[in-house]
Amino acid sequence: MKQFFSFIKKEFAHVFRDRKTLVMLFGFPIVQIVLFGFALTNEIKNANIIVVDNAKDQASLQLIDKMEGTKFFHVQKTLLTPSQIDAAFKEGKAKLAVVFPANFYNDLLHLNKASIQVIADASDPNTAVTLTNYVTSIVNDYQAQLSPTASMPYTIVPEVRMLYNPDLKGAPNFVPGVMAMVLLLVCVMMTSVSIVREKEMGTMEILLVSPVKPLLVIIAKALPYLALSIVNLAVILVLSVYALDVPIKGSILLLVAESILLIITALALGLLISTITSSQQSAMFASMLGMMLPTMLLSGYLFPIENMPVVLQVISNIVPARWYYVIVKAVMLKGLGFGAVWKETLILTGMAVGFTALSLRNFKIRLE
Amino acid sequence: MNETVIKTNKLTKRFGDFVAVDEISFEVYKGEIFGFLGANGAGKTTAMRLLCGLSIPTSGEATVAGFDVFKQPEEIKKNIGYMSQKFSLYEDLSVKENIEFYGGIYGLSTKEIKAKSTELIDTLGLHNEADKLVSSLPLGWKQKLSFSVAVVHTPKIVFLDEPTGGVDPSMRRQFWDLIYNAADRGITIFVTTHYLDEAEYCNRVSIMVDGKIEALDSPAGLRKTYEATNMDEVFYKLARKAKRSE
Repeated sequence: MKQFFSFIKKEFAHVFRDRKTLVMLFGFPIVQIVLFGFALTNEIKNANIIVVDNAKDQASLQLIDKMEGTKFFHVQKTLLTPSQIDAAFKEGKAKLAVVFPANFYNDLLHLNKASIQVIADASDPNTAVTLTNYVTSIVNDYQAQLSPTASMPYTIVPEVRMLYNPDLKGAPNFVPGVMAMVLLLVCVMMTSVSIVREKEMGTMEILLVSPVKPLLVIIAKALPYLALSIVNLAVILVLSVYALDVPIKGSILLLVAESILLIITALALGLLISTITSSQQSAMFASMLGMMLPTMLLSGYLFPIENMPVVLQVISNIVPARWYYVIVKAVMLKGLGFGAVWKETLILTGMAVGFTALSLRNFKIRLE
Repeated sequence: MNETVIKTNKLTKRFGDFVAVDEISFEVYKGEIFGFLGANGAGKTTAMRLLCGLSIPTSGEATVAGFDVFKQPEEIKKNIGYMSQKFSLYEDLSVKENIEFYGGIYGLSTKEIKAKSTELIDTLGLHNEADKLVSSLPLGWKQKLSFSVAVVHTPKIVFLDEPTGGVDPSMRRQFWDLIYNAADRGITIFVTTHYLDEAEYCNRVSIMVDGKIEALDSPAGLRKTYEATNMDEVFYKLARKAKRSE
């Protein structure tokens, strides 16, 4: 026990004396949350749009009014010709143009059919689709107002509800991703680097000559990072609830337990990397390449897995973050219990056990 | 000087086709300073690692502190100290913390550690540096501290792998004073070096050439056998037969 405590004390000393790394460890999640939560969002606010109102009648004015009323658009009323609109797009002055024909209200009243031209700059297709959807829903809304009861027979009106994230905010989607990334990165990289550092410095030899059991070395190495990761987890959760308004709908206990499971998986992975690399640089590189990229690209967090080629879908199965991401979304955003995520939990547990076994086997008690 | 603490019989280590250590047989007695000499690549570090349990021998027999290297490596580990070529203290820990850590992993009690660290700091004259990080110490002091830490648990044998590499002559002298001091307390010293003047400080010296022990005697005895005035000449006469070099 004495052995163990001496070791733990030393490991914590390493962590706390390395100020730069410490700042990075805690700064990283905060910067990530703030960046993803506020800056890098895929919702669109204050998009510049051009409204060409050739009608200037009751209906067109009311519609424009509605558009101005939302936070999505910054409406600029002008009377541009189609070629001028094209020029505005090219200069990047506007993302979308809405053109009302003359006699808009008249057509609507008497012909029961009026059209609006919506032109979008689709050089960025995502933005274009989002903006046209906004316009369409405003128009539909207006239509519904005009004739609340007298809807046409046999008209099918799809009522779309966005569950769990009704406003389609970016943050709820990013928080689970950031959690997965931060926990994995901290644990995998820090553990592997701290073990490899002992190899590089020559102190590992001394430890191997000493009566310390290899398992004890491993546990002592992992513990400080386990502790740091739990603190990090708390910081992320507090930030997401209070700064980003992303509530934790499910059980916090379950969320924390699942996160610890991911942390253990990550620690085992870090250990595995440390057994196959011999310099701090290569350990860091392996962690980055082996964890950061798959976590970002293959976990479903930036790109939906269903849209990937089959090969990548298969590969994504071995990315721990993929399963964790599903779990966090289920527990945190949908408020589901363990029953909904037992399968993912089982897979993560399997990974943790597998990686631990593999790295323990590789962690050599003798050098050659 | 009759109690044997290290005994090897045809101890061999092969790496593929390469025979790094070729059937070496020798004995080391309690309390002696045993010099283990050889050119670079002669196999002395590998031989030492076999004895420390850092590497598994291919064949042969060896006991260290009375324990078998094949069957009882864990027992051996409790009874030896080791100082590697690379400087092996933690640079980001203070002098005291390093002593506490190594005392701790060798299972000393808190009381023993306290007594030991006071004693060590006294002997080394590191009062003002006790709470400073090891990284701020000059190399010679680090080496001395490193040695003191290697014997903090009063092992039966301490293995020193080129402990004085890169240290200036006056520091080397001081370092050897520490070694003598430890030997006086009954700790057997097993030291590899390529400073031949240091070989004169040893009780007995073995010289390895191409994985084999070519000579083993006291420095005086070696000089007589090889009709040489100093160890340099002895070494030169033996080492020029070497076929392999680094």
